[in-house]
Amino acid sequence: MKTRNGTFYLLMVPVLLWLLMLLVIPHLDMFFRSFRFETDDGLMVFSLNNYLSFFEDKIYWLTFVKTAVYSIGVTFLAFVVTFPVAFYLTKVVAKKYSSFMVLLLLIPIWIGELVTIYGWMILLSDNGVINNFLIRIGLIDTPIVMLYNNFSMTIGLLYMSMLFMIIPMMSALESLDDSLIEAASDLGASKWTIFRQIIIPYTTPGIASGGIIVFMLIIGDYVAPNILGGKSSLWFTEQIYNKFLATFNWNEGAAFGFLLLMLSSTIIWIALKLTGQKLERVGS
Amino acid sequence: MSYVLEIKNVTKKFGDFTAVDSVSFDVDDGGFFSILGGSGCGKTTLLRMIAGFEKETEGELFIRGESMKGIPPEKRAVNIVFQNLALFPMMNVEKNVAFGLQRQKIPKADTQRRVTEMLERVGLVGFEKKRVTDLSGGQRQRVAIARSLVLKPSILLLDEPLGALDRKLREHMKIELKILQKEIGTTFIYITHDQSEALVMSDKVAVMNEGRFEQLDTPKNLYKNPQTSFVAGFVGESNEFDVVNYSDGQLTTQNGCKLVKPGIDFKPKKLFMRPEAFILNPSDDLEGVEQISMKIKAILFDGSNTKISAIINQSNDTVLISLPQNAQFEDLQEGDNLQVGIHRDDLKCYQD
Repeated sequence: MKTRNGTFYLLMVPVLLWLLMLLVIPHLDMFFRSFRFETDDGLMVFSLNNYLSFFEDKIYWLTFVKTAVYSIGVTFLAFVVTFPVAFYLTKVVAKKYSSFMVLLLLIPIWIGELVTIYGWMILLSDNGVINNFLIRIGLIDTPIVMLYNNFSMTIGLLYMSMLFMIIPMMSALESLDDSLIEAASDLGASKWTIFRQIIIPYTTPGIASGGIIVFMLIIGDYVAPNILGGKSSLWFTEQIYNKFLATFNWNEGAAFGFLLLMLSSTIIWIALKLTGQKLERVGS
Repeated sequence: MSYVLEIKNVTKKFGDFTAVDSVSFDVDDGGFFSILGGSGCGKTTLLRMIAGFEKETEGELFIRGESMKGIPPEKRAVNIVFQNLALFPMMNVEKNVAFGLQRQKIPKADTQRRVTEMLERVGLVGFEKKRVTDLSGGQRQRVAIARSLVLKPSILLLDEPLGALDRKLREHMKIELKILQKEIGTTFIYITHDQSEALVMSDKVAVMNEGRFEQLDTPKNLYKNPQTSFVAGFVGESNEFDVVNYSDGQLTTQNGCKLVKPGIDFKPKKLFMRPEAFILNPSDDLEGVEQISMKIKAILFDGSNTKISAIINQSNDTVLISLPQNAQFEDLQEGDNLQVGIHRDDLKCYQD
């Protein structure tokens, strides 16, 4: 047993302060707020009304389910898009080039989400780069509507989150010994079998931790759905935003916030169960 | 006699570097064949070409008479046990062993039976459900061998699989591997840098150096009659001397030790003498024996492998001499004068 001296407790102070002031207190405040309800005579009482209002209006429900489905979908897309890239960077390209390429991949993060999203608007709008190009080469006559719908929102969410998938996946792939792939091939496995039976199971912890980060970023994102999604694609964070800043109903906003927290935690819990992962292992 | 593997003028180049330089040899069916060489001699590259992971730059190889040109590893009747074993960490013992059979779409019951049989054979009954990461080094070794052998390959390739084990276990696995090979009769091609592994286990050993085979022979011949100075120096222990002059049947080493060895028809450059070739205190009238007088510098006690380090009076060369552990030489001391003899046949001379 190690003896714990003054330094140990001193070094623990920042951690405890962080947890207490940035996590515990705000969440507790939100939690209590979410059960507070102002009666007609202006009295604050304990009630479940804030949560009930969520079930009363269909639009909340729809947004909630849509947010969940899209978040899962975009997370999966992020995996599909980034896996070949991660594989290429770790297993195909020489080490000295791969670190430079990773640096290049990170550039959009330096710029910031808002700017990259405006960049996408330039690309996707009716008289934007892509439509102009397609008209110029004669493939279409009238611009395709690509902006302010679910398509553009998906692209925005994918673009801002997929880098967070690449990094954990790359570290998982890096630890995968090439001889495992060779051994499988030597034992008669086709490329597809190697991918399915060796590479995927081996990198599942990496995929899971990348998936959790990406999923959290997406489900809690506000900018991409709001700007690229337009009016037709509602996102649950927008509902929360409206509660707080449009109708100034903080109590209901807090309840909605908790619903979102429960939603994301439940989905992650189910995903971990389905893939047989443990949170401690994925988190490390 | 049919050969299970024929290698014809195989060359492998990596850029300007020639890893394997026009090697040709045949391997008898059912034998234990070793390729022995230091690191970077090209033995691993050769093995990887047989398995199909590297493509030969020139030449061709045949397995059971069939050309392997353009045939990928998964289609070759050859399996490999990797240096680091490359067991699949996310599968248990049983699934590791069954992996290859499942790829061949063999019925479940058959797969199960063959896996059980194979695990019995390597002594791993009761370990079916264990994670491979929970096994000891020797057990992991056996899983790797079982995983390959269960497919009944024409040839099992082993890439220094004992390298990572501790000495005791390595000695044990050496014997186990040899017995296993005799029992099942599959051809083993074993590559190693450890001469004792190669000598103990093999029927035939090829000594490889700088991409070429120096000598392909039985272990006994390799030890008794090395064909080149590299083999003489690499296989077993030897005292090595540079020869500066050879005239009238007399060798002169660099430091001036003179030894009579008639009948050499080339200009010798190197002289090798095995430590156990020396006769301690020989009688004067022995035929064909060179007598050398020396002084004992140190006695290097190592059980049955004990040696004397001695200085030749004539030339100040240091030689190692095996010291039999019997009562006859028990009273030898450091600083004693010592008369030794060596049979002229045991003076091995080479041109390079």
